[in-house]
Amino acid sequence: MSFLRNARNWLDERLEWDDLIAPLRKKTVPQHRLSYWYFLGGITLFLFVIQVLTGILLLLYYRPGANEAFESVQYIMTQVQFGWLIRSIHSWSANLMIFTAFAHMFSVLFLKAYRKPRELTWVSGVILLFLVMGFGFSGYLLPWNTLAFFATKVGTEITGQVPVIGRPMMIFLRGGEDVTGATLTRFFGFHVAVLPGLATLLILLHVLLVQRLGISVPPKLEAEWNANPAAKREMKFFPNFALRELMAWYVALGVLGALAAVFPWNLGVKADPFISAPAGIKPEWYFLFMFQTLKLIPPKVWFIDGEVLGVLGFGVIGLLWLLLPFFESDYPSRPKRWITGLAVFALAYVAGMSVYGYLAK
Amino acid sequence: MAILRNSVRLFDGIRLLLLAALLLLCTLGFAQTKNSCLDCHSALPDPLGVTPEKFSQDIHAQKGLTCASCHGGDPASDDPDEAMSRKAGWKGKIDRKQIPQLCGSCHSDPAYMRQFNPSLRTDQLSQYHTSVHGKRFAAGDTKVAVCTDCHSVHDLRAPSDPRSTVNPVNIATTCSRCHADATYMSGYEIPTNQFAEYSKSVHHDALMVRGDLSAPTCTTCHGNHGATPPGVDKVQNVCSNCHVFQAQMYEKSSHKKAFEAASLPGCVVCHGNHGISHPTDAKLGAGPDAVCMQCHTPGDACDQARAGLLSGLTRLDTAIKSADQVLAVAESSGMEVSEARLGQDQARDSLTKARVTIHSFRTDLVDQDIQAGLKAAAKNLQAGKQAMVERNYRRVGLAISLIAIALALIGLRLYIKQIES
Repeated sequence: MSFLRNARNWLDERLEWDDLIAPLRKKTVPQHRLSYWYFLGGITLFLFVIQVLTGILLLLYYRPGANEAFESVQYIMTQVQFGWLIRSIHSWSANLMIFTAFAHMFSVLFLKAYRKPRELTWVSGVILLFLVMGFGFSGYLLPWNTLAFFATKVGTEITGQVPVIGRPMMIFLRGGEDVTGATLTRFFGFHVAVLPGLATLLILLHVLLVQRLGISVPPKLEAEWNANPAAKREMKFFPNFALRELMAWYVALGVLGALAAVFPWNLGVKADPFISAPAGIKPEWYFLFMFQTLKLIPPKVWFIDGEVLGVLGFGVIGLLWLLLPFFESDYPSRPKRWITGLAVFALAYVAGMSVYGYLAK
Repeated sequence: MAILRNSVRLFDGIRLLLLAALLLLCTLGFAQTKNSCLDCHSALPDPLGVTPEKFSQDIHAQKGLTCASCHGGDPASDDPDEAMSRKAGWKGKIDRKQIPQLCGSCHSDPAYMRQFNPSLRTDQLSQYHTSVHGKRFAAGDTKVAVCTDCHSVHDLRAPSDPRSTVNPVNIATTCSRCHADATYMSGYEIPTNQFAEYSKSVHHDALMVRGDLSAPTCTTCHGNHGATPPGVDKVQNVCSNCHVFQAQMYEKSSHKKAFEAASLPGCVVCHGNHGISHPTDAKLGAGPDAVCMQCHTPGDACDQARAGLLSGLTRLDTAIKSADQVLAVAESSGMEVSEARLGQDQARDSLTKARVTIHSFRTDLVDQDIQAGLKAAAKNLQAGKQAMVERNYRRVGLAISLIAIALALIGLRLYIKQIES
């Protein structure tokens, strides 16, 4: 123990460690019946760290390229010691991270944590969610299997529907007219360099904002606590909340391990650009609600192409979603009910369309 | 001068207009070439009735031919007496005896046919003369098939059209119209069960159920315009058009000589002809589907060889199924066994090859294929079992990890309780 104390003193003399962690000591977390929703952000962060670590390990063996990608993942799954575990955890963790990111976003909406002064926290969070979906889209292609190949083909084709900039964007994403090995190396670059760089910067900003502004309390409770300060209950972030968060991380680790061991991520069949797309091909579950919506829009709506209308509609909705807190910032003490109604509708729509898309043939 | 110049221009304009109107009238006149035949015959009952809708489906009509092209006469005249006058070349109903010659007058003329379809053969009539139909027809038997019996008339479609009576999917039905009619065929002393047999055959399944248009129908083995039954000694030449390897094996086998000596029709002896069923290993057995023991004596050297071949095929089939079963369980448990799955294709190929090699009737050659298949299947089975061991190992590892995580959670919970009390 004296060694640890000495090491700590040594660091403190050089880095002023105590000053550095002083804010953490002072930081508190509101304690109420909905406090458990506060864990979701931390769990998402934990899963992101898992992604980075397992991603680095996969990089040791993965080879991007139409002739090597599938074989290298197959090698990881069959020959590399615990390669199957690392790859399965990477895939499952990616899906769980997207799920917890969505859950975190809806919890922030329902707890009204996006209100002034936390608009930028919301904006950075929504951009992070978009980036996480970008991680999913780019990473899905990397094993170069049939489903991934055609999902990317369909996905990039949808991008090409955007008027004026759609086609150049599609060619930029594909690295040419079609999905080829050039697309794979490009997606690999996005997945392991561009997106992680952007995501790390945004995560730092997001966490910094949470640190600066503290943790939000639901408006109703906030009003109660303001009226009766004695009722206010808080717990120290360190160690009380941090230890509880650690427990949540352990649970997430257990779930990940169980999923990876019992349902190892399937490799599929190597992509063959010359075969026709498998019947009833669908994207990953987190894109399913958009995919199904696009399928339901008629080919022509008035004089506009249905698919173009759908893609533009999602673009506008995404932008409005990003700016959602600014529709409410004037009266933070009187939250607008329509935003909660909208959140309920959005959650029901995303869940309903995803289930419909999953069941549809 | 200006007035005069304008008058000349006006005159030129009227002249141009008149010329245009004349051209338009001529064009309309040509476009609506009169075919008075259909005006009456569309109202007549069968067999004289031909509606414009029916005739428009006919390939000849689509290529610009009219009723007069075959029947003569003057379709431009509204007067039936003039339209159907001998003076106008009207032939009336084409005599059945004249049909092959009439069709051949165009279809045997390469120079004429080239303008419609340069790749179309023009030897149909000469082939027909060599066919059983053609020979009997020449001998005065008008019951046998002529062109229109198979190709239909007035709504004759190209063979590539699925509605055509001579499209591969319809040929057997077309032939059966006569050949399955016992009354019509009485006097010819040939069976009438070919269609019923064919309908149960593996070839019919391939063509009609699986939609494989390359699968054989009547004309594939018998020919079409030159239709004739293949001779007993020529059967393997017919089958070998598709079953190349089997034929090569059979050519070198001892059975070929034996069958020829006994005037037995090659492939047909074991497989039958019209009702060829899906060949199973049971054909080598001793049960009701068995074929070897129809000629061989139980217990002789050939019977023993037969039993050896059957046992080899059965062993390989069982080994492949066992490996498939283990691999399926491993795969459903999420294990990556695609390499072993690919190896199974290799084992299956060996089994198929062994079944083909059976036609050599040489146990040493068949055994080579069986051993190769057994080796591949054993390797794949081992891979499947290894995958299952690995799966169990993973689950044990998971259980230990979950226990460790549960203990850590309990420890943390107790620690939190301690610091908060």
